[in-house]
Amino acid sequence: MVTKPIKGEQRSFMTGNEVIAWAALAAGCEFMYGYPITPQNEIMHYWTRLAPKYERGFLQTEDEISAGFTTIGGVLAGKRVFTATAGPGNVLMQEAMAMAEMMRLPTVVVVTQRGGPSTATVIYSQQELNLTSFGGNGEGLRIVYSPASHDDLFSYTIKAFNSAWKYRFPTFVLGDGYQSKMRAPVTLYDPEERGLTMEPCYPMVGLPGLPGEEREPAHLRNTYNLEEELFAILSDSIKDYESMTPEVVEWEATAIDDAELLIIAHGIVSRAARAAVQVLREEGLKAGLFRPITLRPFPVAELRRLTGQARRLIVVESAYGQLEKMVKTALYGLKIPLRSYLRPGMGITPEEIVQFAKEL
Amino acid sequence: MAIEAQPQMPRVWRAETKPHKFCPGCGHGIILKALGEAIDALNIQQRAVFGCDIGCSLLAWDFFNLDTIQTHHGRTTPVLVGLKRARPELLAICYMGDGGAYAIGAQHLVSSVSRNDPVTIIVANNTQYAMTGGQMAPTTLPGQKTETSPYGRDVELTGRPMLGPELVATIAPSGAYVARGTVANVVQLKNFIQKGLSNQLKGRGISFIEVLSACPTNWHTNAAETWHFIEKEMSKFFPVGELRTPDGEQRQEVEHRGRQP
Ligand SMILES: Cc1ncc(C[n+]2csc(CCOP(=O)(O)OP(=O)(O)O)c2C)c(N)n1
Ligand code: SF4
Ligand SMILES: [Mg+2]
Repeated sequence: MVTKPIKGEQRSFMTGNEVIAWAALAAGCEFMYGYPITPQNEIMHYWTRLAPKYERGFLQTEDEISAGFTTIGGVLAGKRVFTATAGPGNVLMQEAMAMAEMMRLPTVVVVTQRGGPSTATVIYSQQELNLTSFGGNGEGLRIVYSPASHDDLFSYTIKAFNSAWKYRFPTFVLGDGYQSKMRAPVTLYDPEERGLTMEPCYPMVGLPGLPGEEREPAHLRNTYNLEEELFAILSDSIKDYESMTPEVVEWEATAIDDAELLIIAHGIVSRAARAAVQVLREEGLKAGLFRPITLRPFPVAELRRLTGQARRLIVVESAYGQLEKMVKTALYGLKIPLRSYLRPGMGITPEEIVQFAKEL
Repeated sequence: MAIEAQPQMPRVWRAETKPHKFCPGCGHGIILKALGEAIDALNIQQRAVFGCDIGCSLLAWDFFNLDTIQTHHGRTTPVLVGLKRARPELLAICYMGDGGAYAIGAQHLVSSVSRNDPVTIIVANNTQYAMTGGQMAPTTLPGQKTETSPYGRDVELTGRPMLGPELVATIAPSGAYVARGTVANVVQLKNFIQKGLSNQLKGRGISFIEVLSACPTNWHTNAAETWHFIEKEMSKFFPVGELRTPDGEQRQEVEHRGRQP
């Protein structure tokens, strides 16, 4: 077993990218594969500085296609491994993630969203929600966590490894450039000291015993001849995904009990929204916040229940309706007016949200 | 000369999945026989992981009594490189077509070679994309008719046949093993593959073996025409032999028989 990097609890002040590197170390991640792209780079920078001290490995690949597929190789080898990317790199990563989805491989990818489409900005956005949730030629059978703080970055990066290996769906931590680059206080910890058991990893090839004689060989494929064969495999995966959903979904509700105006936001925007709720409350408006933490699977039942007495909904996001679409799908059939504050690729302040809410 | 006619099955072949899924007269079966014999000879069945690409090589997903990963078109090398980095004790075999190696997977090939990734890559060169119905590939011969070069490959417009082993031999660091074999010489082919696998076992560096292979289905050839095409047409452009051997790190004499400038 690899050396433990963190003992006890450590209060620190660092960037989000550094937090992610420490989280992967603390989770017992043994290998990172990656290709440079801003704003993800420093995850690799910290990892490559720390990894040799704790007997972990790193491979810089030729592109994100390779980063995705080498990550798959590491998973098949039975190791806790990950990669990180953003923007155009996330686009290239999707081919491998489609294979992971088909073959139920527990890949972990940290995405630090930047402006899009195309090269756009290296700064920030929430525009990779569709891509991360539904990229690839499949059904979006993935787990996507949306952290909102440095403590979240730490704990959801650790959790991503556990969910991936427990349920065997490709798992993503959907951060953003602001969280990656911002310095903030955080508490680092060893998961096991907190009573968290790391989900065990196991090899899928290179198994003990002589294949064909002492055991069946592992014959892993993603190609099928018949519609019925594929349908049977996918039906099993969809069933697993649906039965996992109640265990996996996470959300956070703020001031929701008597809320007439419900704001829905994820990630770092949910922090601006929480601040806006407080201001609106001080000004006499009964505002509340629903923050989905898992975007796949989406907390559909919880959102429907908690929208209960709301008379108006506002979706706020740094994208042009990607979260809004998920919310509308979740609330299908409910007749509550919904307006959205959509700022693709732009940061959003509490003041903007307050003003938008008051102008409704 | 169908593979079914050959008497002895390598030990590592999986009898339950034979006869195999390739067309009669296909070169893939012959290459996998040579590979099977090399694995038997080195006694590495326990440690070897076989990766096949998308292309007709995917039909080998249950071919061996080996742990096998069937990957995506052109991506077999990065999958097995990721595996090998995480579990260096395993022996990684990457099997693919010329399209997978030289077109869609070219950046992986070049990068793996320049990193000297300790894997063994075997490429079946059948001068076209077979699985998708016989389109032009980087290896298609000048004037050769395919579904996307129906009047014959026009080298002015589409270039000349890509020389994979020559490219690899030029850029590979020391320790690499590079050769080109042919299904027309199975004894030599087995020897090349065995040397390529030994190179990985010894931890010296990358090994790369291209094999001139047959696709009678898309070539629309009978047995005599198939062998003629491999031995007389392909060999003009693709000289068979060893290009790099780590022993002494010397460039070996390559047969230049009939090679055109
Ligand atoms: C990304 C992607 N593009 C295209 C294809 C379609 N495709 C399947 S096999 C193949 C060509 C295979 O040719 P080669 O690699 O030479 O193998 P062969 O079948 O000739 O042995 C192509 C283009 C694919 N599966 N994936
Ligand atoms: S199409 Fe060609 S390469 Fe593919 S199995 Fe048939 S003969 Fe072999
Ligand atoms: Mg081919």
